[in-house]
Amino acid sequence: MTDLTRYQDPLRIQRVLNTARTIAVVGLSNNELRASYFVGYYLRRHGYRVIPVNPRAKEILGETSYPSLLDVPEKVDIVNVFRAPDALPGIAEEAVRIGAGSLWAQFGVINLDAARAAEDGGVPVVMDRCIKVEHARYVGRMHWLGFNTQRITSVRAGLQ
Amino acid sequence: MSEEEEQVTNDSPRAEPEHEFGFETRQLHAGQRPDPNTGARAVPIFQTTSYVFEDPESAAAYFNLQEYGNTYSRIMNPTVAVFEERVANLEGAAGAVAFASGIAAQAAALFTLLEPGDHVVSSSALYGGTVNQLKHLLRKMNVELTWVDPDDLDAWRGAVRPETKAFFAETIGNPAGNVLDIEPVAAIAHEHGVPLLVDNTFATPYLCRPIEWGADIVIHSATKFLGGHGTSIGGVVAEAGTFDWSNGRFPVVADPSPAYHGLQFHETFGMYGYLMKLRAETLRDLGGALSPFNAFLFLQGMETLSLRMERHVTNARRVAEFLQGHELASKVSYPGLPSSRYRPLVDKYLPGGPGAVFSFDVAGGRAGGQALIRGVNLWSHLANVGDAKSLIIHPASTTHRQLGDEELAAAGVGPGTVRLSVGTESVDDLLWDLERGFANVAATLEKESAPA
Repeated sequence: MTDLTRYQDPLRIQRVLNTARTIAVVGLSNNELRASYFVGYYLRRHGYRVIPVNPRAKEILGETSYPSLLDVPEKVDIVNVFRAPDALPGIAEEAVRIGAGSLWAQFGVINLDAARAAEDGGVPVVMDRCIKVEHARYVGRMHWLGFNTQRITSVRAGLQ
Repeated sequence: MSEEEEQVTNDSPRAEPEHEFGFETRQLHAGQRPDPNTGARAVPIFQTTSYVFEDPESAAAYFNLQEYGNTYSRIMNPTVAVFEERVANLEGAAGAVAFASGIAAQAAALFTLLEPGDHVVSSSALYGGTVNQLKHLLRKMNVELTWVDPDDLDAWRGAVRPETKAFFAETIGNPAGNVLDIEPVAAIAHEHGVPLLVDNTFATPYLCRPIEWGADIVIHSATKFLGGHGTSIGGVVAEAGTFDWSNGRFPVVADPSPAYHGLQFHETFGMYGYLMKLRAETLRDLGGALSPFNAFLFLQGMETLSLRMERHVTNARRVAEFLQGHELASKVSYPGLPSSRYRPLVDKYLPGGPGAVFSFDVAGGRAGGQALIRGVNLWSHLANVGDAKSLIIHPASTTHRQLGDEELAAAGVGPGTVRLSVGTESVDDLLWDLERGFANVAATLEKESAPA
């Protein structure tokens, strides 16, 4: 079993989610029944600016879709990846080139070489985690539907 | 302090670091945080049918399952959700869905993954209500069923067909006390791409967590030890989140769902796919929702789960030893006894003890069993288990009454079998009362054998 602990640290996940504003979703689908669309829609609802990166679409979720990360004309806080694991090295390289705040690879998008390359280039990595689930776990309402958030806290937090 | 930790501490002092909380902490806290609106420390009872939407877009997002949102209490309720998450957490599951009873939970767990023409393999050593449910409900759904002796691994293996969709068993069989060898049974199920469903009611997650041994779905009658006080009927289904529903055997979960505008539950929600379908389709359509007040009572009970189970086990052991030494009792089924053939399985799966429900045979068959029940005052004669109070029943005339002789034998029930659910009272009082019951058995047998 590959050890992914470093890329799934709860403190890193919370910091990435709490400090980001702009999220480029690489592989965002225009089909509203696909997981990536669910995630993009959710992130936008929660106040993030979502930038689609998909060469096969012109516009997704009402936003211009760019063919690659290198075409995105603004600063990207999180590069969120919905692509096959072998696409990750190329995306990691681009994430470093555009100076992204972090690289977040979804469930099953695991490529250790890509993760190392990104971190060597100064881009922290979260891997094999769903950004929607983690947001819902720490900030959102995942606990309203009986899911195991694994959170234990007696702190009174803000409204959801 | 690592660089990461320092940054977070500066940004957000309340960031939550990784920590493995103990069972006793989680039975008190899991699923609940202080209410953000009021600060209430106890779990609020959200006694409401429905929830006001912020705007039409939010309402649509909730119904489309694009956002976690409350719509209607038949499908979700914030008090019930605390109960669900607490069970999921204690069982080590991805999540849970609560139902109005254990039987409703079981029906829903199976309904979600079955289609007409499918087949289920089940242990034959089950609660009588479950035997009825599997036998008749599945028949009406045009699903075939094969009973197997749960102790016989070859029987499980031999019963699998191409259309088999589930293995079903109880951690500790009701009432005969069979202990399921979870790990190899799960392995056989998985060899064939089939999930193992385990009813963990008698063990509770404090004594056994079937998911840790490979089970995929865990079901509880929360009415019993989880609630623990005999106040409320309810049930819950927890799922591990690790079963591959896209393995080709489960188009009902993996394919676009005609019951949810073409949504592919497993692809879209991944490890939460089965649970989403269980809630958004099965609970929506079968409707057996748990009431928020019952969820609240279950949560109160679960706060002391470990404490009660320890005491239940200690008392059960004493009662079982007492019965084993009694001349009017035989076949004491408590798997915690040194003489039990399940002893190695107890050591492996139930190191804290095999619960507090078991049966034994009273001398004199049916008349002896009934005489014992007539002779006790402290033990409550009723059809339930898992109350803090001690309970006694004669299965052949009650819980297992609808079963034929063969089915009774398969479930380990004889004409003189009495089932006990040992409570948390002073154990000497329980023994004293049973002794009085046996005195009545002796008197009855004497009268019967005396010449007319």
